[in-house]
Amino acid sequence: MSESLIDIARSAVRRALEAGATGAECTISEGEEFSASVRMREVENLKQAGSRGAGIRVLVGNLTGSSRTSDLTPQGIESMIRGALDLARITTPDPHAGLPDPADLGRFPGDLKLYDPAVSTMETEWKIAQAMRAEEVALAADPRITNSEGGSFDSYLGARVFANSLGFAGEYRTSSCGLSVVPVAKQNGSMERDYWHTSAREVSRLESPEEVGRRAAERALRRLNPRKVPTQKVPVIFEPRTARMLLGDLFDAVNGGAIYRHASFLTGKLGEKIASEALTIIDDATMPGLFGSSPFDDEGVIARRTVVIERGVLKSYLLNTYTALKLGLKTTGNASRGLAGSAGVGPGNFYLEAGTRSEDDLIAGVIQGLYVTELIGASANTVTGDYSSGAAGLWIENGELAYPVSEITIAGNLKQMLMNLEQVGTNLEFRSSIASPSILIGEMTISGQ
Amino acid sequence: MGLSPSFFAAKFGIMERDLESYLSEALSAGGEYADLYFEYLSTSSIGIDEGIVKSASESVTLGVGIRVIAGERTGYAYSDDLSPEKIRKAARVAALIARGPASVVKTGFQEARKHNLYSMVTSPHELSLAERVDLVKRADAAARSYDSRVFQVIANYADSLREVLVASSDGRLSFDRQPMARMGVAALAREADGVPQQGYSGGGGRVTLDFFLNEKTPEHFAKEAARQAIVQLTAVDAPAGESVVVLGPGWPGILLHEAVGHGLEADFNRKGVSAFSGRIGQQVASPLCTVIDDGTIGSRRGSLNVDDEGVPTQKNVLIENGILRGYLQDTLSARLLGSTSTGSGRRESYQHIPMPRMTNTYMLAGQSDPGDIIRSVPKGIYCATFGGGQVDITSGNFVFQATESYLIEDGKITRPVKGATLIGNGPEALKYVSMVGNDLQLDEGIGVCGKEGQSVPVGVGIPTVKIDKMTVGGTAA
Repeated sequence: MSESLIDIARSAVRRALEAGATGAECTISEGEEFSASVRMREVENLKQAGSRGAGIRVLVGNLTGSSRTSDLTPQGIESMIRGALDLARITTPDPHAGLPDPADLGRFPGDLKLYDPAVSTMETEWKIAQAMRAEEVALAADPRITNSEGGSFDSYLGARVFANSLGFAGEYRTSSCGLSVVPVAKQNGSMERDYWHTSAREVSRLESPEEVGRRAAERALRRLNPRKVPTQKVPVIFEPRTARMLLGDLFDAVNGGAIYRHASFLTGKLGEKIASEALTIIDDATMPGLFGSSPFDDEGVIARRTVVIERGVLKSYLLNTYTALKLGLKTTGNASRGLAGSAGVGPGNFYLEAGTRSEDDLIAGVIQGLYVTELIGASANTVTGDYSSGAAGLWIENGELAYPVSEITIAGNLKQMLMNLEQVGTNLEFRSSIASPSILIGEMTISGQ
Repeated sequence: MGLSPSFFAAKFGIMERDLESYLSEALSAGGEYADLYFEYLSTSSIGIDEGIVKSASESVTLGVGIRVIAGERTGYAYSDDLSPEKIRKAARVAALIARGPASVVKTGFQEARKHNLYSMVTSPHELSLAERVDLVKRADAAARSYDSRVFQVIANYADSLREVLVASSDGRLSFDRQPMARMGVAALAREADGVPQQGYSGGGGRVTLDFFLNEKTPEHFAKEAARQAIVQLTAVDAPAGESVVVLGPGWPGILLHEAVGHGLEADFNRKGVSAFSGRIGQQVASPLCTVIDDGTIGSRRGSLNVDDEGVPTQKNVLIENGILRGYLQDTLSARLLGSTSTGSGRRESYQHIPMPRMTNTYMLAGQSDPGDIIRSVPKGIYCATFGGGQVDITSGNFVFQATESYLIEDGKITRPVKGATLIGNGPEALKYVSMVGNDLQLDEGIGVCGKEGQSVPVGVGIPTVKIDKMTVGGTAA
């Protein structure tokens, strides 16, 4: 099937040129999704389906138009191309619109281990049993776990194809699977939920259902009977789950699209010290088996590793062809798009390099402070760096996790938060394309009572 | 009754007997209920950035989602190929949820009653692309001319038309043709060599391009975005801690969406995981508060003639004078709770299982003059515009992000403050409502609500409201 998809992409590019385009890019993706959810020991939902779609971006000189369709018949493709060409004619010439430098195109050599055939052969019954087991372990963990929002097992098999009028054509397949459970704990009128989730490209790298159930239950239980602390300024430790959300906000600030528009507080800071020495951030799309890896980006540019921040100094923005050209720089291979449209900028594996101290050590060094386990409604203003978010977590007293807190907010400014990033934990795990170990920020404002 | 008005009969030859046969296939292994959701969605969008119309894009997606319900179990499959073989195959996959002898499909469909809420003057397809280009160019020019400190403008216009057919095994059949259009403008402003600030404004609804020519013009949104960016140039740090909070009318109604709306969706309550579970008849808000979810308001972004299960939408009272009255039901929750659907079954697309969702959620106007409300506050903050929000329905804690707010000092609105997150607890927060204005406004039509990975358009509304105590997440402690 995928052989014919690459042919469809090549011929769409050829047809676009014949129809008047001076350049073209075609993306095709195909996927099969499965999900099973269980709740209170019964199967709740089973979902299974496949879909595919194609998108094209055409250039007519410096004009750009794009279109997508789920109809991959020759007529469907033809109509998609016509649509894109019609649209291009109404746009304004953009001197920076174009295709990548042919020298940047290519495929990362070697096996990135993005596809595990075992994902395609798992039995439905086995997948349901995983979700059942994870929920069962969570429910049985403690009498205070009285309810559940359920357990689920998902899997996905995908193929992605890209061809352009510079002669590039490539494809790769991906797989992923994941298991999660959301137990609900209740005690003295307090009701709290939390979750644990494991996901991987390879089935064998999933955590066991027992581990998932146990950790989810532990997390829900430790949130029971939370307090609301007084408003104050204290050190804050983000555990990996919340630290990666903060790192996602930082990604937005190094995104070339925000940089060239002057919509990032990091605009013009290349080569400057913008963070504490403890901070090194890498973007690397070439790490085998990870969610942010791919042999080439969504413009066909070869995957690579980029040092973004090194010991506090901003070394590189993350760029696609367009944003690089706007800034007079070279693409970093971070083009990202759905099926249609001009490419945006997306992460490879965007991660904060692990430090040398364990998370326990980080906590032990705090006399009064907050350990954040949940951020809700986080709002980071990329333009100014202003940051404010709802939070829940555990209060730290004399170097130990003392009691749960909730209905509070944490606030600061990313510029100061980066400078005040005092410690980085050793606990770096790659659970998604953005990953971080625990981090300690010297001071933030907690709003509570 | 035949299927002559159906878009799907005309374009794909899908007739009533075909629908019956697919439903029979779906119930071939048993189950009490099955339905088919056919969708054909065409969209177009255009954007201007740095004064250049850099992007124009269009798409067509189509498919059918097939659902089988057996007790509390749901089987779901979809196909983006509307050939009979592929639809049958999807029906057999959905049928895997049930294990038993085939169930019988009621023969002969009854077309569902539906509203006529959309002002579709012209179909989006009949409009020239040039008119859309003109809209974003006008927005760009208006934002830049508002103030010389505005230096970057991004404006987008997008419209879509969704053709829908829903057929169920209990004989319900409905069609709908759902337009949607939306315009958004973002502006950046700065003093010479100063720090940039941003503003955003947008709106639309179940309307077409005419709406932006005649009712809410590109200039309206552009000026608003530019104005917000300029206001932020002089903003001081937001306060930290508990404060009196006055919400302005309109979009701040997102408070209701987060604080009570999600917690009243029947799936969470059926499962007993919502902070509002088992609280019908109880006081959950001040007696000044009556909160409605209404999918029947003409042309609104959250409105629908029929919901995504083919049930006509309705006006549902959630909270009446502070007392919790009802939940938002889809057909599954209604069936399991022995109730009836409130027309609240919604889904993002044919690839998604429907669930109870909000439509347009708002609070009825009260008696107070908005000026009196402000004058009654010695010290507090006034929130005019919000970004998004989020809720943990189990603990009931919710947040929403103020993007334009001001200090209230001695009964007067004074300095603008920077963006800040506000946090509260759903079943508690509205008990502190002490004044409700007589100035109910619905929002401009930009809301997108996310739940379990599915996004649907929604609306909100609120009059000016005074909340005596809420936690404001600024930095000025």
